[in-house]
Amino acid sequence: METIVLPVINLAPIMPEIILSVFGMALLLVNVFVPSEQKAYLGYLSLVGIIAAGVSIVGGWGVPLDSFSGSVVQDNFALFFKGIFLLSAGLTILISDHYMKREGCNQGELYPLILFATMGMMLMASGTDLMTVFLGLEVLSVSLYVLAGFNRANLKSNEAGLKYFLLGAFSTGFLLYGMALTYGATGTTKIPKIAEFVAANGMVAQSPMFYIGMLLMASGFAFKIAAAPFHMWTPDVYEGAPTPMTAFMSAGPKAAGFAAFMRVLIVAFPTLKADWSDLLWVLAVLTMTIGNLIALNQDNIKRMLAYSSIAHAGYALVGFTAGNAEGAAGILFYMLSYAFMNIGAFAIIILVGKKGEENNNVADYAGFATKHPVLALAMAIFLFSLAGMPPTAGFIGKFYLFSGAIKAGYIWLAIIGVLNSAASVYYYLRVMVYMYMKNPTEEFDWMTLSPAVMLCILIAVVGVIIPGVVPSYLLELAQKAVLL
Amino acid sequence: MSQFPLISVMTFLPLLGVVLLFFVPKQSHSVHRMLALLVSLVTFVVSIPLVTGFQSNADFQFVEKMPWIAAGPFQMNYHVAIDGISLWLVLLTTFIMPIAILSTWTAVEEKVKEYMICLLLLEVGMLGAFVSLDLFLFYIFWEVMLIPMYFIIGIWGGKNKIYAAVKFFIYTMVGSMLMLVALVTLYFKAGAGDFNVLRFYEVTLDPATQVWMFLAFALAFAIKVPMFPLHTWLPDAHTEAPTAGSVILAAVLLKMGTYGFVRFAMPLFPDATDKFTPLIATLSVIGIIYAALVAMVQEDVKKLVAYSSVAHLGYVMLGVFALNLQGLSGGMLQMLNHGVSTGALFLIVGFIYERRHTRLITDFGGLAKQMPVFATIFMIVTLSSIGLPGTNGFVGEFLVLLGAFESELRWYAVIGTSGVILAAVYMLWMFQRVMFGELTNPKNQTLCDLNAREVGIMLPLLVLIFVMGVYPTPFIEKMSPSLEKLIVHVKTKQQGAVAQVETVPAAPQVMPAAAVVPAEHK
Repeated sequence: METIVLPVINLAPIMPEIILSVFGMALLLVNVFVPSEQKAYLGYLSLVGIIAAGVSIVGGWGVPLDSFSGSVVQDNFALFFKGIFLLSAGLTILISDHYMKREGCNQGELYPLILFATMGMMLMASGTDLMTVFLGLEVLSVSLYVLAGFNRANLKSNEAGLKYFLLGAFSTGFLLYGMALTYGATGTTKIPKIAEFVAANGMVAQSPMFYIGMLLMASGFAFKIAAAPFHMWTPDVYEGAPTPMTAFMSAGPKAAGFAAFMRVLIVAFPTLKADWSDLLWVLAVLTMTIGNLIALNQDNIKRMLAYSSIAHAGYALVGFTAGNAEGAAGILFYMLSYAFMNIGAFAIIILVGKKGEENNNVADYAGFATKHPVLALAMAIFLFSLAGMPPTAGFIGKFYLFSGAIKAGYIWLAIIGVLNSAASVYYYLRVMVYMYMKNPTEEFDWMTLSPAVMLCILIAVVGVIIPGVVPSYLLELAQKAVLL
Repeated sequence: MSQFPLISVMTFLPLLGVVLLFFVPKQSHSVHRMLALLVSLVTFVVSIPLVTGFQSNADFQFVEKMPWIAAGPFQMNYHVAIDGISLWLVLLTTFIMPIAILSTWTAVEEKVKEYMICLLLLEVGMLGAFVSLDLFLFYIFWEVMLIPMYFIIGIWGGKNKIYAAVKFFIYTMVGSMLMLVALVTLYFKAGAGDFNVLRFYEVTLDPATQVWMFLAFALAFAIKVPMFPLHTWLPDAHTEAPTAGSVILAAVLLKMGTYGFVRFAMPLFPDATDKFTPLIATLSVIGIIYAALVAMVQEDVKKLVAYSSVAHLGYVMLGVFALNLQGLSGGMLQMLNHGVSTGALFLIVGFIYERRHTRLITDFGGLAKQMPVFATIFMIVTLSSIGLPGTNGFVGEFLVLLGAFESELRWYAVIGTSGVILAAVYMLWMFQRVMFGELTNPKNQTLCDLNAREVGIMLPLLVLIFVMGVYPTPFIEKMSPSLEKLIVHVKTKQQGAVAQVETVPAAPQVMPAAAVVPAEHK
C-alpha cells in the first residue's frame, strides 16, 4: 500500500492570516445573535482579533520562514506591511461604528469583511507564488467590492460598489492573464523560481510572452494602487463608498498593492530592472501630475482626497522607480505614514459629515477652527503632513522617496515630484483657508465626538508627529524590511 | 563637552511658551499677551550671553552637536552654533520679537491665543534656521517658518488676506522644494556622510554641477529676499499682514534669504557664485531702481514701505556679492539696519492704521500738529531709512556702495547710488504728505498722540538707530573675522578651480587652501 507523504506544513508564517480568518468567521456567527443597535460590540471583538494578529507578528521580525513549499514567506518585508494593514484596519474599525450608526446601515457583516480584506492583503504581502498573491488579491477585492457598496440605501454607494466590481474584475483578468503568460514563458509561478529561470536561461527566457506577461501583471497592479492611467475608478468609488471604507481603501489595499507589486518586480524580474524602471517612471509622472491637477479643482473633500491619493501613489512610484534601498524603504515608511495621516483626515471628515453623506464639501468647513479648534488643528496637521511639510511623517517619507530617486540618478524625476508637491499644497491649503480664515456659517452642533473616533484621531496625530520629529527608529525598521 | 546648551535653550524657549499658552483659557486675552511677551523677553535675555560671550574670531561658537536621524545612507545631526554672520541676526530676531508682540497689544482682539502661538512658533523657526549647521536641520526650520506666517497673514490679515497668504506660501514652497532636491543631490555628490555644512564647504564640485545646485539654492533664497522679479509676493504679504506680521517679515524673514546666500549658496558653490555675480548684481540694481520707482507712486503707506524693502534688500545683495570685506560687512549691517528701520516703519504704519483704519496717504496730512511725538519718531525713522549720516542706514549703505565700487561691480554701484536719491524722494515725499500741510480732514483733528506703550515700543529701535549710526564698530568687529574667512574661502576655491582646469583637467583636486576651511571644533 502506498503511503501518502504529507509535506510538513509550518503554519507560523500565516499565523496572523489564520487568526483573522478565525475571528472573521466567528464574528459572522456571533453577528446573528447581536441586535442591530449593539453592533459596536462586534467592532470591539474585531479589534481584539486585530490586536491578536498584531501580537502574532511581533516575534517573527528577523526570523525568515517559508511554508507551503515556498508559496508564502514570513520576512521583514511582509511583516512590515502586515503591520501597516493591521494598523489601517484597526483605525478603520475605530471610525466605523459612529458612521454606520449615523447612516443607518450598521449591519454587523462590516467587521468580518474588514478582517477578511486584511487577511487578503496579508497574503498579498507574504505570497511568493503568483497564485498566492492572486488568492490574496481576490480575497481582498471581493471583500472591498462589498464594502464599497455597503451603504445599500445610498445610490452613490451602490454605484461605487458596482463600478469597483466591474473595473476590478477587468484588472483581475489582466493580472491573471499576465501571470498565465509568465508561467507559460518560465514554467513556474513561484516568484524566486522565475528569477532563477531567467538567470539560468538568459535572453532565451526573455521571449515576447515573458515581457507581455510582466506588462500585464504591472497594469493589473497599477490598477490596484490607482496609478494613472488606471486610476479612473478611484474618485467615484472613493466618493461613493462609506467614508470609513474610503479611508481603509486608500491606506491598506493601496499598501498591499505596492507590497505585491514590489515583490513581483524586485524578486522575479531583477534582471529587467532597466525595463521596469522605465515603465515605472512613466507611471509615476502620469500619476503624480494627473492626480494633483485634477485634485486642484475638487469641491468635494472626499473626491479631493481621492485624487490626492492618486498623486500619493505617484510619489511612492518615484521611490519605486529608483529601485534602490532608499526608495524602497521610503515606500514602506510612506505607506505607514500615509495610513496615519489619511485615515486621520477621514476620521475628521466623518465627524463633520451629516447623515446621507452631506456636508462633505470643502466649503462646509468654513469656520471649523473657531468652533472646534482642537479638531481643526488635528486636520491641519494631517493636511500639512499630506502636503509634505516638516516636521511631519509625510515630509520624512517624501524625503526618502525622492532621495532614493536622486541617488539612482533620477534627479529630474525628483524635481517633477517636488513641483507636484508644491502644486498639491494649493488644494490642501484650500481646506485650511476654509477652516481658519472664513467665518463660520454653521454651528457644527450636529457633531457628536464619539470616543472611538477621537481615539483614532489621537493615534493618527501621534503617528504623524512622532515619526516626523524622531524618525530614526521607524526608518531603521523600514530599512531592514526592504527586499533589495 | 558639557557646556550649557545656550543656543538650544534660546531656540526652544518660545516653544515652552506655546505649550503654556495651550493651557490658558481662550478668553483670557491679557494673560496670552503677557505670557507671550514674557517668554519673548526671556528669550531675548537668554540670547544676550551669546554676544557677551562671543569671541571675536571666525570660529563657530556655542556649538552643540548630537546625532538625530541615522538611517540608511543618511546621517542628520542636531548641530547648532553661531559665528559672526549669524550672531547679529539671532540677536535681531530675539530683539524684534518682544517689540512685535507688544505692538499687537490692542491691534489684535480676536483669537489672541492662536496669534501668540503663531508668533512664538515663528520665532522658533527663525532662530533655528539661523543657528543650524546641519543642512537638513536648516531645511526643517526653514520650512516650519512658513506655517505660522501663513496663518498670521491668512487669519489676522487685511481684506485680501487669503490671496496674499496662499501666494506667500506657494511662492516660498516652490523655491524651497527645489532646494531640497539640490541639497540631497549635494549630499550624494559630496559623499560627505552627513549633512554638516562645514563638511560640504570642503567639497569641490565641478563647475557644471555647481551651476545647477546654485540655481536651485539661489531660487529658494532669492524668493525669500525677495529679488526682482521674484518679489511680487512681498507687497501683497506685507500689505495684508497684521502689523506684527509685517514687522517680523521685514525684520527677520527676508534676512533668511540673504543669510542663505552668505551661509550656503556662495561658499558651497564658489564657481557658480562667480559666474552668476553679474546676473545677481543686475537684478539687485533693477530691484533698487524699480522698487523705488514703484514705491514713489504708491497711495498706501504700507505698500510704499513694502516696496522700499525690496529696494533695501537690493543693496544688501549688491554688497554681499561684491565679495569683499566692505561690501559684505555693509550687506550684513544693512540686513540689521533694514530690520530695525523698516520694522520701525511698519510699526509706525500700524499706529496710524489703528487710529484711522486707513493707510491711504491722501487720508492724512498735517498730522505733525496733532501728534508731535509721533512726528518726531517718524522723522527719525524716515531719515534712518533714507540713510542719513548719523543714523544706522548710512553706515550700511555707505559700506555696501564702497565695497561694490571697489569690486568688479563698480558700474552697478554707480547706478545703485541713484537709488539712494530715489529713496530720499519717495520717503520724504510720503512723510511730507502724511505729516505736514493743512490738517484738513476732521477725523485727523481728533487723533491722539502716541501713548506710553507705543513710545516704549519705539524707544529701543530709536536707540539702536543712533547707536548703530554713530558707533557701529562693535557690530562690525564681531562679524568681520567670519566674513573675512568666508571671503578667503570663496575666493581661494574659485582660484583653485581655475588652477585645476589649467593643469590637469581630470585629476581629483586636493584643496591647497586647507587652512581656510572652517575648522570644526567642539
